[in-house]
Amino acid sequence: MTVAFAELRERADRRWQELNDTAWIRVGGGVSGEAAGCDDVIEAFNSELESSGTTGTVTRVGMYGLCYAEPLVDIKTPDGPRVWYANVTPEQVPGLVAQHVKGEQPVIAQAFGYEPAHEGDVLHGVTKLEDLPDVAVQTRIAMKNFGDIDPLDLLQYIANGGYAGLEKALDGMSPDQVLEEVKGSGLRGRGGAAFPTGLKWSFLSGNPAKEKYILCNCEEGDPGAFNDKAILESDPHTLLEGLILAGYATNSSKGFIFIRQGHDEPINAARKSIVDAYEAGLLGENILGSEFSYDAEVVLTGDSYVAGEETALMEAIEGKRAQPRYRPPFPAEAGLWQKPSNINNVKSLAYVPQIIARGGEWFKSVGTEKSAGTALICLTGDIERPGLFEIPMGLTIRQVLDDVGGGAPGGKRIKVLQTGGPLGGVLGEEAFDTEIDFDAMSAAGAILGSGGIIVGDEDVNVVDLTRALIAFNQFESCGKCFPCRLGTTHMLETLDRVCMNKAYEEDFALMDRIGTSMKVGSLCGHGQLGYNPILSAVKFFKDEFDDCINKHAGPVGAFADGSMITPTQTRP
Amino acid sequence: MANEASKAADDVRTQIQTVLNGQNQPTVTVLSSLLEIQDVLHYLPNEAIEETAAFSKTTINEVWSVASFYTNFRFTPPGDHTYEICWGPSCHVMGAQQILKRVQDELGIDREGETEDGKVTLKYGTCLGACAQAPVIAIDHHHKGKITTEFAAKMARELMA
Repeated sequence: MTVAFAELRERADRRWQELNDTAWIRVGGGVSGEAAGCDDVIEAFNSELESSGTTGTVTRVGMYGLCYAEPLVDIKTPDGPRVWYANVTPEQVPGLVAQHVKGEQPVIAQAFGYEPAHEGDVLHGVTKLEDLPDVAVQTRIAMKNFGDIDPLDLLQYIANGGYAGLEKALDGMSPDQVLEEVKGSGLRGRGGAAFPTGLKWSFLSGNPAKEKYILCNCEEGDPGAFNDKAILESDPHTLLEGLILAGYATNSSKGFIFIRQGHDEPINAARKSIVDAYEAGLLGENILGSEFSYDAEVVLTGDSYVAGEETALMEAIEGKRAQPRYRPPFPAEAGLWQKPSNINNVKSLAYVPQIIARGGEWFKSVGTEKSAGTALICLTGDIERPGLFEIPMGLTIRQVLDDVGGGAPGGKRIKVLQTGGPLGGVLGEEAFDTEIDFDAMSAAGAILGSGGIIVGDEDVNVVDLTRALIAFNQFESCGKCFPCRLGTTHMLETLDRVCMNKAYEEDFALMDRIGTSMKVGSLCGHGQLGYNPILSAVKFFKDEFDDCINKHAGPVGAFADGSMITPTQTRP
Repeated sequence: MANEASKAADDVRTQIQTVLNGQNQPTVTVLSSLLEIQDVLHYLPNEAIEETAAFSKTTINEVWSVASFYTNFRFTPPGDHTYEICWGPSCHVMGAQQILKRVQDELGIDREGETEDGKVTLKYGTCLGACAQAPVIAIDHHHKGKITTEFAAKMARELMA
């Protein structure tokens, strides 16, 4: 171990010990925690500790992923078990402080789960957190530290094994060895295209240019997906370490983290992690005393979905309209400011520290043969337990819905799923036995994409849901390629007629023609895949379209009750 | 009167120049400049476009092309409060459309924009990022999840009071 890192490790271990020497109260934050009211709970803990003269530390950690249980609080006294409490209200705080923090007796009646202080200890009447059905099924790699550490504290990350991968790489591995390790891990890009990450990096590493860039894409405009932002909110250093390792493996000079403006929590966490990393010698000249120098910066984009497309992303960093470029030249030859560049999704990079620390073979042993590792599933909509869950690839969709999600509320039947974002699929029950891996999902007509699964129960009208997706695609078309710009608009008008029961059987063929034109005539995935929702919805739910078109069963969705509101139809 | 108006415009210009010159991140572009100005002024007046063009040594047309592309930019002052309603598919499935309709009724408007008294700006969000708490609204950028139509209406009434 290098002297510089040994010193950091020592400081980190001391910090971790200090935190565990008194009562430690961790409250799940992030945007999801905020929306559930975590900040009121934190305020209540702070004021209760003060007014009752109790010693303890209150930390706003990232999300654990169990969003349905938020505000989620866990309390750990020095010698006691770590106990989680779900859906905590400010009113419950005085009782928790008096009994658990001060009295060191967990409040069994309110406890949600626990982790014993010593192996074999049992807390009667409470389930171990790891035995909860939606936790037991998880393999947490990218989410390893979620809910455990203060995302804004570099030392807490290091105390939990952080930067060990970088240290290992700089202290004995050549860039090529790091690249080979990633290649051998079978890691495929998590942004949607599922391209092998190691192979992508090798295009850049082979380029002899001096200035080369690694661009990390956290634009994440996909509605229904929040896993990229969650990584930045909950454990930003995991991403930063991955970004630095990608730079080392490809001999690059600088990394950019690209985030949409307005998402203040991930933005601030990313910025703070970079400042702290510079200060600790993990970024800048001669990182940890090695020959390797590397910079990193957060760059913001305005609101534009297409800005998440890799060439549009480069345009946005350069400060222009986020519209895709023609390829070739490919980014690895001429990317950002015409310098060789490589674009990686947040999740892809977040796996890399563990791949280097524990070896590519270990990562390959998780998941399926062709889709190594895990999937970060954002489960939302009509589901008992919405949240973010890291599951090994290869589970079926139905296992996720039942074991993880606990089915639809009120015992209703789950009818429809929307996967892979608004350019993905609308799936019916026939597809629920599909395995979650890249190839099985795309064979079933659903891209795994960003990992969002939106659940609709028997009350959801599929025509209305499809219209909402196409309205999004129309609103977000960047306008560069006319088949997409006009096609999405024409498609939305047609769907509006379907919803109003004013369409004809011929409209299926019309939409198909438009969709095909978009597919062959658009530069990027937005136009190429923009017809996917209709294509898959008609495949699984032809009868619901028939109800509108041939049977005139009545207007659907917002057209039915006159509350039709069309989001701004065009860009200003 | 004319003097006062031109003095106010001069003040805005000075303020914008301070923002432009105060950018200390390594990557400074037309887009980063516009984002920072809107952060401070909450909209982009004509002066912002002109000053950004001068600062970036580019044309007013080029700056307009960027400003008009990203949907977060606005060119008139917003209301005192911002009321955002998410219409992403997770929120849509959980009833965002009814919430939208109800809040619009309370605010007395039928589209995005300002209420007549200028107190509230209503914004549709394509995704506010807290999908597991759907349906989600954000009032002055504070997110609130699992909301009911009644609660959404109450919040609108409070802002209008």
